[in-house]
Amino acid sequence: MLLDVLTGFIEELRSAGVPVSMVEAIDATEALRYTDLGDRAAFRSTLEATLVKNVRHLEAFGTAFDVYFAHHRPEPNATDGNGSSRKTEPVSGEGGRSGTGGEGDLDELLEALFQALLSEDLAGMRALVRQAVDDYAGIEPGRPVGGTYYLYRTLRRLGVDGLLERLLEAEDGQGRSALEDRLVRDEFEERIEQLREEIRDEIRRRLVADRGREAVAKTLRKPLLEDVDLMHAARADLAQLEQVINPLARKLAARLAHKRRLRRSGRLDFRRTMRRSLSTGGVPIDPQFRAPHPIKPEIFLLCDISGSMATFARFTLQFMYAMSSQFSKVRSFAFIDALDEITPYLGVGTDFPHALDRISTEAEVVWIDGHSDYGRSLDQFWTRFGGQLTRRSTVIITGDARNNYRDVNSTIVPQLVEVSRAVYWLNPEPEAYWDTGDSVMSAYGRHCTGAYEVRNLRQLEAFVEQIALPPIGRVARPVPHEPGPGRFWKR
Amino acid sequence: MISFAEPGEVKTALEEAKYLADDRIAQVVFLAERLGKPVLIEGPAGVGKTELAKALAVVHQRRLIRLQCYEGLDESKALYEWNYKKQLLRIQADQGSDWSQLEEDIFSEDYLLTRPLLEAIATEEPVVLLIDEIDRVEVETEALLLEVLSEFQVSIPELGTVQATSQPLVLLTSNNTRELSEALKRRCLFLHIGYPTVDREKQILLARVEGVTEHLAEQVARIVRSVRSFDLKKAPSVSESIDWARTLITLGVAEVEAADVTDTLHVLLKYQTDIERVAKELEI
Ligand SMILES: Nc1ncnc2c1ncn2[C@@H]1O[C@H](COP(=O)(O)OP(=O)(O)OP(=O)(O)O)[C@@H](O)[C@H]1O
Ligand SMILES: [Mg+2]
Repeated sequence: MLLDVLTGFIEELRSAGVPVSMVEAIDATEALRYTDLGDRAAFRSTLEATLVKNVRHLEAFGTAFDVYFAHHRPEPNATDGNGSSRKTEPVSGEGGRSGTGGEGDLDELLEALFQALLSEDLAGMRALVRQAVDDYAGIEPGRPVGGTYYLYRTLRRLGVDGLLERLLEAEDGQGRSALEDRLVRDEFEERIEQLREEIRDEIRRRLVADRGREAVAKTLRKPLLEDVDLMHAARADLAQLEQVINPLARKLAARLAHKRRLRRSGRLDFRRTMRRSLSTGGVPIDPQFRAPHPIKPEIFLLCDISGSMATFARFTLQFMYAMSSQFSKVRSFAFIDALDEITPYLGVGTDFPHALDRISTEAEVVWIDGHSDYGRSLDQFWTRFGGQLTRRSTVIITGDARNNYRDVNSTIVPQLVEVSRAVYWLNPEPEAYWDTGDSVMSAYGRHCTGAYEVRNLRQLEAFVEQIALPPIGRVARPVPHEPGPGRFWKR
Repeated sequence: MISFAEPGEVKTALEEAKYLADDRIAQVVFLAERLGKPVLIEGPAGVGKTELAKALAVVHQRRLIRLQCYEGLDESKALYEWNYKKQLLRIQADQGSDWSQLEEDIFSEDYLLTRPLLEAIATEEPVVLLIDEIDRVEVETEALLLEVLSEFQVSIPELGTVQATSQPLVLLTSNNTRELSEALKRRCLFLHIGYPTVDREKQILLARVEGVTEHLAEQVARIVRSVRSFDLKKAPSVSESIDWARTLITLGVAEVEAADVTDTLHVLLKYQTDIERVAKELEI
């Protein structure tokens, strides 16, 4: 029985993007032999230690665990360590009551909940949460939802927001300093957060009982951060993306440095070694190696920063700057219907979300109406900066190539290609939308060294890896069909 | 060596060694010992990753062998190296003698420099092996470590294979600056250590800071929790809250007031912008 659930659980992890290998699955079963299965926390720790090997997957693991082992939890009357566990009795016994409770019941329930929070009575709180969900979540069987709606309904009915103020008043605040106030508040906020989680978990348990584990887990699955669509990311996701960009860039930089080293290793400098050996009587004690000749490209980054493209531009810029040690130089340019160099605004420690706001007001990126004009912007780039491009320059243009039906000016890109090492185009729109409506993607992309769909961090990372370390030889030749990004035109 | 019957015993033993583990840490350590698997520990700086290995060495009364990783660490620093200067001197001293005899001599254990990894498996007594900050080494070195950890033997072409005489308890730490290889991760149990709860941090302070009162430890732990909740460049680690508590004691503070925080915030935080931020948030 446990093994069946475990198999389903592991499948769910895989579907949620957590790569669990065969060996790890076996390790988990082996480790469970040494685990007290009656102890839910221990059981969870064992599975986590054997099945998850990456911090980024912990959240997905947590969700799947709650769903798959929903009923695997100690009963509330087990003592909870802090003695006072039976202080607050549930207002009524276990019951299949559904729908909404009356006002009197609500007051009573709230009062009990308030007391439980005040005295940090976890067991009591759990019992009350079950009752609250019975009475106020209004769960309708069979609906394919993840439970957020029920959670908010319950929270609102309980007036959880008001609880914090009540708790603060209840703790004697006489003569408390501002600092103490803050600490007390943080403490209660933590308890209330715990209450929220308890309610959420309880609702999930009901949903699982109603619709089964697979169905609930599927509704709760979230895309991994690397797969979040950059153009349409929710605000909360943006903040999280912000946090992974630098580590991601660091990892990539380490990988690249390593590959570079491999490329140049093993080249013994025979003459210098022999010359050195004179001091040891001709014995070559101290082999000398040739100094490395790093081939680091110089980057010219041109970003459309008009409304819908701004977020994508921001992440591309941020990522490239985080990677700047991998390039000999990064210069950046922003455009809407005019183009301006923005290199002076940016650097390694820049606060990117705010920098872009500044740029759009301070740099000369708008000419007439602030609607993207690729033809004009590219022409400006060519006129003002084209002379500075050399065989070591890699030009990267980012944008959806939606030109508002203006003049395409398709001769610029071939000229750029002519004088530089390579020209790439990154388009954050799905490839299927290219060339529809006012998109003139092919008119440019056809001439580029490569044109790629880059909608998420994973694709961005794959692209950067490839250009930072081009195959040995003069001109970068992107590998077709690899590693993921879309269409590629051979020149 | 002590063999634990259940994770609770691990926790208690660690506590006696002044390491405050939570149930999860105890569970993973317990499993590692039962299954004979290495533990890969990840987490922010200063949350007790390295310290766990040290405490386990104390608990088992084993020697701790530490391999501190860095970029460029290779076989000769991790495993073994021939002492070629010594070899050379010997060659020069023995000019004219029989080469094959000489060769046998200079490739014997006398001329071998043992490095931590070889040492960890070649000792009589089992040890605790800590491979610290493994994310700093190159991928091939990682592969080399992996090989030793899975075979528990090291082959030295000139000498033959050194078989482990004892199996070390292995802990690896990573600050997650790069993705480790799948092969390595598959072999290990994974343990993520985050910031402790207020209660555990309080216990840590009580165990580690001489002269701290319950009250002060609690206050420090609570303030640090609040500070960590702000969006900072560098959140304070456990070692920083320990330093802070020590500073407060040195200054004779028994009850932390706003002014004390203002005066000593630089102990807790590294960046000026963070200090300003916290001062503003805490209204001090
Ligand atoms: N659970 C704990 N029990 C007791 N002391 C602890 C604990 N966690 C951390 N400490 C204290 O914090 C200090 C820092 O811990 P440690 O050096 O192990 O951090 P780390 O996680 O290895 O950090 P880094 O990533 O910077 O190497 C230790 O010296 C110890 O005093
Ligand atoms: Mg450490």
